[in-house]
Amino acid sequence: MQSSIMSVWVVLALVAQDRLAGGREHKSYDYTKYHTMDEISAWMNQIERDNPDVVSSMMYGQTYEKRNITLLKIGFNSTTPKKAVWMDCGIHAREWIAPAFCQHFVKEILGSYKSDSKVNTLFKNLDFYITPVLNMDGYIYSWIDNTTRLWRKSRSPGAENCTCFGTDLNRNFYANWGMVGISRDCCSEIYNGPTALSEPEAKAVTEFLGANQNQMLCYLTIHSYGQLILVPYGHPNISAPNYDELMEVGLAAAKVIKAVHGKSYKVGSSPDVLYPNSGSSRDFARLIGIPYSFTFELRDEGQTGFILPEDQIQPTCQEAYQGAMSIINYVHDKNFKSAAITVTATLWTTLIALWISSTSVL
Amino acid sequence: MEVFWLLLSLSLLELSAALPGSHSTRRPTDPAPLQSQTQTMATGDLVPTHFPARRAAQVALHHLNTHHGSPFRVFGLQQVHTATAEDQVVGTAGRKYSLDFSVTDYGSSVCFRSMTNEGSVLRCSAEVLFPRTETHTHTPPEVHLRCEDLTHISSSPEELAFYQKHTAPHSAISAHDLPDSQGNISQDMQPFWHLARVAASFIMLRESSENTEYNMAQVANLTQQETSEKQLMLKYHVLLHDIVSQEIIHWKLLCSWSPEGGVSVLETEWLPKCPHDTGPPTAN
Repeated sequence: MQSSIMSVWVVLALVAQDRLAGGREHKSYDYTKYHTMDEISAWMNQIERDNPDVVSSMMYGQTYEKRNITLLKIGFNSTTPKKAVWMDCGIHAREWIAPAFCQHFVKEILGSYKSDSKVNTLFKNLDFYITPVLNMDGYIYSWIDNTTRLWRKSRSPGAENCTCFGTDLNRNFYANWGMVGISRDCCSEIYNGPTALSEPEAKAVTEFLGANQNQMLCYLTIHSYGQLILVPYGHPNISAPNYDELMEVGLAAAKVIKAVHGKSYKVGSSPDVLYPNSGSSRDFARLIGIPYSFTFELRDEGQTGFILPEDQIQPTCQEAYQGAMSIINYVHDKNFKSAAITVTATLWTTLIALWISSTSVL
Repeated sequence: MEVFWLLLSLSLLELSAALPGSHSTRRPTDPAPLQSQTQTMATGDLVPTHFPARRAAQVALHHLNTHHGSPFRVFGLQQVHTATAEDQVVGTAGRKYSLDFSVTDYGSSVCFRSMTNEGSVLRCSAEVLFPRTETHTHTPPEVHLRCEDLTHISSSPEELAFYQKHTAPHSAISAHDLPDSQGNISQDMQPFWHLARVAASFIMLRESSENTEYNMAQVANLTQQETSEKQLMLKYHVLLHDIVSQEIIHWKLLCSWSPEGGVSVLETEWLPKCPHDTGPPTAN
């Protein structure tokens, strides 16, 4: 009797210690507030601990300041390689709504895969690779004080003769690098780096996508602001072979976004709708053959710009979630036979079998 | 046997409907842009959602705000309906945009927090001329603008109360970081933020070209100035964002406002970012 009471106490003590060790009670994680990098890292650990059968984390590179770049891999386990969807947020440090969206997206899919059959099917057939903050150094820097809030680039030091820091990670990829929409002035916000892939953050994404390019069906990169869905390529004279399809998919996503809170997202290639650019991650993804590659530019259209009020985090994430899911579902349905086809195929087989047997009888 | 063929054709129909990609091809509502476009800007009919029309519309909006903006009235672009561009050779040489667009007043929202609750929508048309000069000095664009219902705009009671309060003796407002890093602005400070946006419109209008797209990113600080006139006079340090270069450009300005007189900008001063900066990023 005494030993069983003791074991009950031991269990209770362990549970209490586990709760305390996990820090803030995770159920109260506030998805309607902006979070520091430390809070986001702790949240990632908690998400992995709470969902061990569908979530695992992977470190796939290091930032300039030697931080581990980590993603969450989400989906049902499988012995065979699965197709995948990539999402990264926070390539540009000041676009705080983007990491907020990645966190919201993770929360939504984990909260619905058991009850929503569509999400359940996605978990079965796909893996999600989600990087909540890619440019960790820049993001942390933008949190220091009011003078750093609008930092954009990485935090690597400039080459010799340069007093300024940072390279624009979204101009640093090996995709028409240096051709258009960049600056060779290392103090510029669109400085594309001394060479392509000079930045370890861009290298990390490049290596991961390269190693998994046969699995990767869809590449989504999240930015702000502007309320845009951008399709490749950033160069005005080059267009993706599936441009028409990408536009259709993008326009369909914009339509579902509008249905949520009435916000209009414009869809088009970057040179049409925003400006020409080169060396972007979206272009790199499309160039290595990932067929569906989109940039999301979230709210707003300039009234508050990068410093989007916290009370707009939730509505922005809600509409962007529908937009992203619209694209992901399209990509999934195109690659995986639907239930209707399976039923029809069975009917076909049965009919043919009947016909064969009936003719043989005759 | 006939039953068999009936079932066969039915299943064929079902099969084709279930195949992805076999839906009737919908034309994108956005017409396919000219993929052979080079550096020259588009001429003729412009796609309303593409950047040339939008940048020109933003310039018209800056103009609108300089004339009709106030602490309780700031216009933002809602939508461009139609736009055309052409080279103008008679008179001032340059590129002329003709625009038909709608604007919304987001300064009138009583509650800043619900940005979805936007104010009234006005229909406007404008011609925006970006002059082309022989030298490489920048010349501000010229705007001719007409909006419906503008004549009906008058000072609201809120505006008058705000004016009375802050032109009273010993009013000495000062503030910094509007919004703060989390995007928050207290209700008391919203009119000062709107006023900054209107005053910044004078600078953004002057500095605009076909290769810029300006918004105000943040108010770094503001300080009320003493004045013998019955004006609200403020010194601002504002941060502008140019979408095209992605630069944050610092400007100091001195502005005055009264309900009858509207907003005037008396002084502006550009603050360099890096030691070797020689000037603001205007037309390249």
